[in-house]
Amino acid sequence: MAGLAAAFGSGAMTNSIAELEDADCILVIGSNTTSSHPLVATRIFRAKEKGAKVIVVDPRKIQLVHQADLHVRHNLGTDVALVNGIMHVILANGWHNQAFVDERTEGFEELRGVVEQYTPERTAEITGVSVEDIRTMAEWYAKARASSIVYCMGITQHTTGVDNVKSLANLAMLTGHIGRESTGVNPLRGQNNVQGACDMGGLPNVYPGYQAVNVPENREKFEKVWNAKLSDKVGLTIPGILEGLNSGSVKAVYVVGENPMVSDPDIHHVEKALRSAELLVVQDIFLTPTAELAHVVLPGASFAEKDGTFSNTERRVQRVRQAIKPIGQARADWEIIQDLSTRFGYPMNYESPAAILDEVAQVTPSYGGITFDRLEGDGLSWPCPNSEHPGTKFLHAGRFSRGLGLFHAIEYKPPAEVVDVDYPFWLTTGRVHVHYHTGTMTRNSPSLHEEMPEGFLEINPQDARTLGVKSGDTVRVSSRRGEVLVRVDLTTRVRQGMVFMPFHFVESCANILTNPAHDPIAKIPEYKVCAVTLEKAA
Amino acid sequence: MEYRTVLTTCTYCGCGCGLYLEVMDGHVVNTIPCKTSPVNEGKLCVKGWNVHEFVHSPKRLTQPLLRKNGELTPVSWDEALDFTVKRLREIREAHGSDCLAFLASAKVTNEENYLIQKFARAAVGTNNIDHCARL
Ligand code: SF4
Repeated sequence: MAGLAAAFGSGAMTNSIAELEDADCILVIGSNTTSSHPLVATRIFRAKEKGAKVIVVDPRKIQLVHQADLHVRHNLGTDVALVNGIMHVILANGWHNQAFVDERTEGFEELRGVVEQYTPERTAEITGVSVEDIRTMAEWYAKARASSIVYCMGITQHTTGVDNVKSLANLAMLTGHIGRESTGVNPLRGQNNVQGACDMGGLPNVYPGYQAVNVPENREKFEKVWNAKLSDKVGLTIPGILEGLNSGSVKAVYVVGENPMVSDPDIHHVEKALRSAELLVVQDIFLTPTAELAHVVLPGASFAEKDGTFSNTERRVQRVRQAIKPIGQARADWEIIQDLSTRFGYPMNYESPAAILDEVAQVTPSYGGITFDRLEGDGLSWPCPNSEHPGTKFLHAGRFSRGLGLFHAIEYKPPAEVVDVDYPFWLTTGRVHVHYHTGTMTRNSPSLHEEMPEGFLEINPQDARTLGVKSGDTVRVSSRRGEVLVRVDLTTRVRQGMVFMPFHFVESCANILTNPAHDPIAKIPEYKVCAVTLEKAA
Repeated sequence: MEYRTVLTTCTYCGCGCGLYLEVMDGHVVNTIPCKTSPVNEGKLCVKGWNVHEFVHSPKRLTQPLLRKNGELTPVSWDEALDFTVKRLREIREAHGSDCLAFLASAKVTNEENYLIQKFARAAVGTNNIDHCARL
């Protein structure tokens, strides 16, 4: 989300989900929407019924392609080049919004300088997308009354993830498709409360509400409310924590409801790091592979067993309500932390989650007017600065959060790992519709498990023939980091030279193969591209 | 027989669909979509329709575990929390606050995430806190 924050001053989805319905053009890039965000896909279908043009940019023939007016299969990791090429065509034809550029943005001349070099011909050569398709995308997107961009991990999980996002922000600003109803740049968050975890300061560089830890006024404010001395040093991200464990500079890790043993790239490396911890505490609802390595495992409560709030991908804060008592001796996670903190010598005595949210409102300007009482009904979308404020449907109307929108002139860089003679196939990873993240919950749900009990590898029938494998055969997939055995599924969803694996399955774990090389700013690993080789397993 | 429905928010993806959990005698037995939710307007995907199923899974963790002689062994909350606090303190004293790191979660509530980072920052004294937002 660093890319959007740099361009606009806020990293969140700019517009609400419902507004998609009234867009005239929707550009879906790197989001397998029907699988990962089905109820967002519904809005795209409705827009289509109302006459919107739907453009899907994805190397795989995902389900949404059947609804698309145009499907573009670019080479893996060439998003920056593609968007630069689209902007080149827009500028060459004068389809951009000069008034918006003049009044609302800065950095345009630098952008123009770079974009000029991405002629349709050169872009086609890098991306594998035809000159004609590049032109069509440019024309539809730029000329529509309201165009909206929807993206997900297919954009961010690259070593150039931040560049990819900045490129999309460039495109929206160039054409003025931002700060209005049914426009914007809309990242779909993968897990249900990623937005909330970020909003609440579950990040090493910011307090709740994205208030930087290294700005003295912010630190002083929190020191006062929390009655504690705070560090002004930006903390470590997950890759940094793992490196720290390996080098010995990090000794203890406390994990709440996360499963890096399945979700993180290069699992062998993760396991080695976690095993070297002097103390590993895992608080979760299942004994995950990460919990199996722990010294202490604390049973948390599921969403059905506690009160609280989640913030969805469109910044809407909604209630979670307790339906039953925690199972066995399990306890709500807020109660566990509070008890731990008190025993640690920093007492916490909140009566309820409602009281915690009141403190959040006190220290977080964008949540300033959000209380349990006001969340009955539709919830509230932040920013909601005071108790009268109705919440905010779309961001950046009239003014960007940072003032002027900032263009970033960005050159295309190839992925960190490319195919070669030893590892001739491109591997990309993703989600499937019945499973969720590392499968901890969905694979313990009989109906969902039955639907898809095991992992698979999608391979083009041509490639399968060359390797001599049939549907249902098992292959050994190897990368520079490890190997897994997995059943193959022959399909033209992937084109020749490319294979796809979902990452939910621990026994055929895609993340043994993936490349931990990550974006230098956002530290998101390059899950979407690595090089592998395949052979038929005996 | 006790029967209730409880309006809540789906725990799976970032759409945040509204749904009712049907509760019978202390068990969550079924899920019904919420027709008035502005997000899903009465629809759910296959994950949402089955969101109650993992709640009573026999594989749920039901008591604290502590590694003893290499094995994770059931213990009381007091023992688990006191051990954790003792070790956190020892390690902080020996190596400083920045030797401790915390992972918050995209799966727990806002209030819980707030407390986790507050514990890391105010009680332990480190900004080493992150979560799997990137995944
Ligand atoms: S019902 Fe489906 S689309 Fe809605 S929040 Fe749950 S997983 Fe997401």
